[in-house]
Amino acid sequence: MAGEESRKSSRDDRGTSRIGLKLFWIYVLLYGGFIGLVLFRPDLLSQRPFGGVNLAIAYGMGLIAGAFLLAIVYMVACRTVERGGPPRG
Amino acid sequence: MLYESSPVAIVIFAVFVLSVVGLSFYLGRKGQSAQGYYAAHGEIPWFVNGIAFAGDYLSAASFLGICGMIAFNGYDGFLYSIGFLAGWIVALFVIAEPIKALGKFTFADALDSRFNSRGIKLAVAISTLVVSIFYLIPQMVGAGDLIVPLLGLPHTAGVILVGVAVTMIVVTAGMVSTTWVQFIKGSLLVFFCGILVAMILNRGLSVGTGAAADLKPQVRTVTPDGRVLVDGRPQTEEHDLRPVGTLASLPARYAGKTATGPLRPLEYLSVLEDSTIVTWSSTKHTDQAGTHTTFTPVERKGSELLKPGGYFRGLTTGKLADRLDFASLMLALFCGTASLPHILIRYYTVKDAAAARKSTVVGIAAIGAFYVLTLYLGLGAMTSGALDPTSTNMAAPLLAKSFSTTLFAIISAIAFTTVLGTVSGLIMAGSGAVAHDLVENVLRIPMTDHEKVRCGKIAAVVLGIVAMALGILFRSFNVSFLVGWAFNIAASANLPSLVMLLFWPRTTKQGIVAAVTVGMLSSLAWILLSADTFEKVYGWSRDSSIVPFSQPGLVTIPLGFLVLVVVSLLTPPPTPVRRHG
Repeated sequence: MAGEESRKSSRDDRGTSRIGLKLFWIYVLLYGGFIGLVLFRPDLLSQRPFGGVNLAIAYGMGLIAGAFLLAIVYMVACRTVERGGPPRG
Repeated sequence: MLYESSPVAIVIFAVFVLSVVGLSFYLGRKGQSAQGYYAAHGEIPWFVNGIAFAGDYLSAASFLGICGMIAFNGYDGFLYSIGFLAGWIVALFVIAEPIKALGKFTFADALDSRFNSRGIKLAVAISTLVVSIFYLIPQMVGAGDLIVPLLGLPHTAGVILVGVAVTMIVVTAGMVSTTWVQFIKGSLLVFFCGILVAMILNRGLSVGTGAAADLKPQVRTVTPDGRVLVDGRPQTEEHDLRPVGTLASLPARYAGKTATGPLRPLEYLSVLEDSTIVTWSSTKHTDQAGTHTTFTPVERKGSELLKPGGYFRGLTTGKLADRLDFASLMLALFCGTASLPHILIRYYTVKDAAAARKSTVVGIAAIGAFYVLTLYLGLGAMTSGALDPTSTNMAAPLLAKSFSTTLFAIISAIAFTTVLGTVSGLIMAGSGAVAHDLVENVLRIPMTDHEKVRCGKIAAVVLGIVAMALGILFRSFNVSFLVGWAFNIAASANLPSLVMLLFWPRTTKQGIVAAVTVGMLSSLAWILLSADTFEKVYGWSRDSSIVPFSQPGLVTIPLGFLVLVVVSLLTPPPTPVRRHG
């Protein structure tokens, strides 16, 4: 029984780790995109496509909100894995 | 500027701080075993730990430094907010759960979990102490900056006050007490900053009036004998620098009006972007009469201030070195959070990996909410008419003072407990590095559980004294500048080893020792040879620096990974060792 629990725990760890890494790379792309705009296309950051707020502020706020949303997605996905659902990915 | 201390402010401040400290002693009265002193018995509820993450992480640099940077330079302070928060993605998705499984009390425990190596413990303990000390200095400097206007005491008094308070917290109950101070502080910080932002939005924007609307340049002179003159006359409460930070004009759609009235959150940003704001630049020169700092008003469009380039001037030059410098800083901020020892040890205070995950999510929510608020706090301060042109760190408390003395006292007290919370965490991390890693595991001096706790407490006292001395020594330094150093060193020294240990089975103990050592020394050396240090520390010309840009992360973080891989491949593969419990 202890061995079975240990194996399940290891499977769960691998499952949650894979989910975490996928979400990590999504955020790296978003963050890298923002840094790229700051470095190479700052003119785009002055544009105001969202209700009068410029892209610099919108993107920055989006990164902050996005971090929280991805964190919630991660928590829900991990709970599914730990309750015996198929590990994602 | 000179500040008149208010008895009301002092009473509110004292009640606040004593209540927080007293409550933490009461809640932390159980933690007297080593497991309790270093890791709070692993019994901290995940929600409490999550808010404690916020209380641990949101330091003087976040609250005072970022708000001040935005108030004086515009959008660029928000880049720090974005980078600081992004670092928690690394912590949550890569580090949080594995590190909970690896260690016992300290970061060195985690890295050494498979090797039982004194070399790893020694290298990591030293790295922990170096990062903790670099992080401690700006906190102590910030504490001194708060005490001067609030209590009318000298800077040194503020440093000693926080040093004594923190040492008492850590010595009496260790991690349990520290956790509750951080929980209380984190909650208060986010709550009262939310209140302040609501007041900013309710006040709206208005064209400047009063002293702040006087746009004549101001000159502050410090004479060779230490006297302070304002516009050539001695500085007194009646003749002092004028507060600054006003709107010159509102957008055309407010023609004929001098105030907008209450604004919604996005509307506030939009109106500000279409307004014209009076910012203040400063230039310094020295002659026989003394050192003269001239503050000159500069009208700037809101659209200029609300985009990158106000503080990071290099972004507008197009020079490769300037772009690399900025990219390096943002990389260090992204990689640094998950490498900070005082953050990592919080993972040992919860019971399991799931609790570690949930507490990180709560931390991200609280910290993210706070960083959104910092943008409004900074912009609110920029147009409050209450800024002290000589002190960016006082922007947030002075913004509160523009509403009421009571709010000023509360915000200052919260800022002070902000320092208490972070410094407590840093001293705990350093205490563990000395007592648990160096004394117990490297020197292998046998100790009973009681002796381990006593050793930790002695280390905490010594670190508290060192922190106070450094806070006094570095009192004139820029707070955010020093925190950036700490992030660079932490990311360079710690992250490569942590990540590779978790994801590359071929990692050897020699690889970890080499990576930590090379990462720490290379980032330290780069910083000491950088243009920023040449100018701000040594007083030399920036042009004589021998490194191409000031932030080392872009070079030293990959260097740490490279060294680890090369040394690991050149040394025998690791043999399995039983993990710590």
